[in-house]
Amino acid sequence: MIRRFASNKGAVIGVLILLIVIGLALSADLLFPRGPWAMVQRPFLVPFTMDGFPLGTDTLGRDVAAGLVHGARVSLLVGLVSTIVALAIGVPLGAVAGFYGGWADEGAMRFTEFFQTIPNFALAIVLVAILEPTLTSITSAIAIVSWPPVARLVRAEVMAVKRREYVDAARLAGLSNFRILTGEVLPNTVSPIIVMASLMVATAILLESSLSFLGLGDPNAMSWGYMIGAARTVIRSAWWLSFFPGVAILVTVLALNLIGEGLNDALNPHLSRKGTA
Amino acid sequence: MAVLAPILGRLAKALITLLAIAVLNFFLIHAAPGDPAVVLAGEAGAADEQMIAQLRERFGLDQSFHVQLGSYVWNIVQLDFGYSFRQGAPVLDLILERLPATLILTLTAFVISLTLGIALGVAASARVGKASDSVLTTLALLFYATPLYWAALMAVLVFSVELGWLPGFGYETVGAGYSGLARIWDVIKHLILPASTLGLFFMAVYMRMTRASMLEVAQMDFVKTARAKGLSGPVIRRRHILRNAILPVVTLAGLQAGQLVGGAVLTETVFAWPGIGRLMFESLAARDYNTILGVFLVSAAMVIVFNILTDLVYRLVDPRIGARA
Repeated sequence: MIRRFASNKGAVIGVLILLIVIGLALSADLLFPRGPWAMVQRPFLVPFTMDGFPLGTDTLGRDVAAGLVHGARVSLLVGLVSTIVALAIGVPLGAVAGFYGGWADEGAMRFTEFFQTIPNFALAIVLVAILEPTLTSITSAIAIVSWPPVARLVRAEVMAVKRREYVDAARLAGLSNFRILTGEVLPNTVSPIIVMASLMVATAILLESSLSFLGLGDPNAMSWGYMIGAARTVIRSAWWLSFFPGVAILVTVLALNLIGEGLNDALNPHLSRKGTA
Repeated sequence: MAVLAPILGRLAKALITLLAIAVLNFFLIHAAPGDPAVVLAGEAGAADEQMIAQLRERFGLDQSFHVQLGSYVWNIVQLDFGYSFRQGAPVLDLILERLPATLILTLTAFVISLTLGIALGVAASARVGKASDSVLTTLALLFYATPLYWAALMAVLVFSVELGWLPGFGYETVGAGYSGLARIWDVIKHLILPASTLGLFFMAVYMRMTRASMLEVAQMDFVKTARAKGLSGPVIRRRHILRNAILPVVTLAGLQAGQLVGGAVLTETVFAWPGIGRLMFESLAARDYNTILGVFLVSAAMVIVFNILTDLVYRLVDPRIGARA
C-alpha cells in the first residue's frame, strides 16, 4: 500500500510540501522570534529589495514572511482539530444510523439532511459572528458545517459491511451489537474515512482563511486569511501583501488534495487509474 | 398532477426546513453573549434605552422561553425579520433591495461553471492520458485549491488594475447615466469578473466529476454495443455516454448550490457587488445580528429554490425519474 502511494508522483510532492509547511509552522518561534505582530521595518517595503525581509512588509511595517510562517500554525491547527471534531460527530452518528437502521437511521438522516441544506459557509459566518471570533469558536463552527458528509459516508459503508458473513459469524459467537459495531464493522470502513478526512483538512483550511478574510479571525492569532483581508484595500499599491498569503493557502490546500487523491488510489486500488473525482 | 405532486412535497419539506432554521436563529441569538435585546439592537451604539425597552416588549423577553420562541418564529413566518438599527430600515427591505444583484451573480456563476465544467470534463475524458488531459486536470486541481476571494483579488489586480480591461468594482458605472442596452452592457462588464471568479472553483469541481463519470460510463456494456454497431466516437460520447454521465454531475451541482450562495459573500465583498452577501459583510463589522440572521435565512431559502430547480432539470435530463415518482 505504501509502495502504491509512493508511486503516485503527485502524492509524494504533496507530502513533501506538507512536511515543509509543518516544519515552518513548528519552527516559527525560532525563525521569527519577535512574532508576527512586531513592526520591524518601514511600512510598504517592496519584496526582494532588502536583505532579511524577502517578502517585504505590510501597511504597519510588519514582516510578511513572519506572518506567513506564524499563520501556518493557525491554518494547520484549525484544519486538523476541526476535522477531528467533525469526525467525532459524523462517525458515531453515521455508524448508528447505518448499523441500527429503522427510526435511528430516519432521525439521524433527517438531521444530517437539514445541516446539508443550510449553506455551510453562511452558517459558519453566523456561528463565529455570534459566538465571538476565537480559535475555539472558529474550529467548532468549521466542524459543525463539515460533519454531514462524514455521517453519510460512514452510514453507507456500515450498511454495506454489516451484511458480510463475518458479521453474522460475530453475531453467532454471541458478541453484543456494540462490540460488533466497534470491533468488526467500523475498522473496515476506515480507509474511505481517511481519504475523506485528508480532503476535509484542506476544505477546513480554506474555510478558516475565508472567515478570517472577512474579519472573523481570532484577533490574537496571525492567519493567512487575515493578512489578505487586511491588505484588500491597498491591493493597488501593495500587491505582495495579498499575493504571498494566497499562494501559501493555495500550495497547502493543493498538497492536502494531492495526498487525499494518493491515499484514495492506494487504499481503493480497484478504483485507481480511472481518475476518480 | 403527476408532475406537480413531488414538487408540492418538496415545497412542504422546504417550509419545514426554513422553520427549523428560524428556530436555530432564535437559539443563536440566545447563545450570543449578553442581553438578547441588546444583541438584536446591535452593538454599534445605534439603539437607545427606549428602543431596547421596545425590543424587550416585542420579543416578550419578560415572558417564558417557549412563548419567546413562538413569537420569534411567528414574526419570521410573517416575513418580519426585524429592524436594522444600523441601517435604519427593516431587514426585509434591505434584503429585497439587494437580492436581485445576488441572484444575477449566483445564477450567472452557476450557469458558467456548470456549462464550462461539463464541456471541459467531456473534452478531458475524450483525450484521457494525453497531454491536453493532463493540462486540464492540473488546472482543475489548482482552481480547486484556490481560495475564492484570493482569485477574485488577483483578477482585479490583473484585469482591472494592470490591464484596465474590465471594471473591478461595483454593479454599474456610477454617474454614467446609461440607459437601455448601454446600461445592460455596462452591468455585464461589471459582472464578468465576479461571476467568473465565483464560478472558477465550482467549474473545477464539475469538470473533475464529469471527467470521472464519463470514464466510468464509457466502460459499460451498452457503450461497447454502440461501438460494435459501428457508431463514431463523437456520437457515442454525446448520445450514449454524456446522457448517462451527466446525472451525477447535476445532482452534485444541486448540492453545491449552497456553497455558491455562501461564496457570494466573499465575491461580493471583494467586488463591492451590492448583493445580500455584501450586506452580510457590512453587518458583520457593525454586529448587526438582525441583518446577519435575516441574510442567513434568505440564503438558505435560495439554496432550497436552487435545489428544487436542479430537481426539475434532472427530470428533463432523465425522464425515468418523473415516471418513477
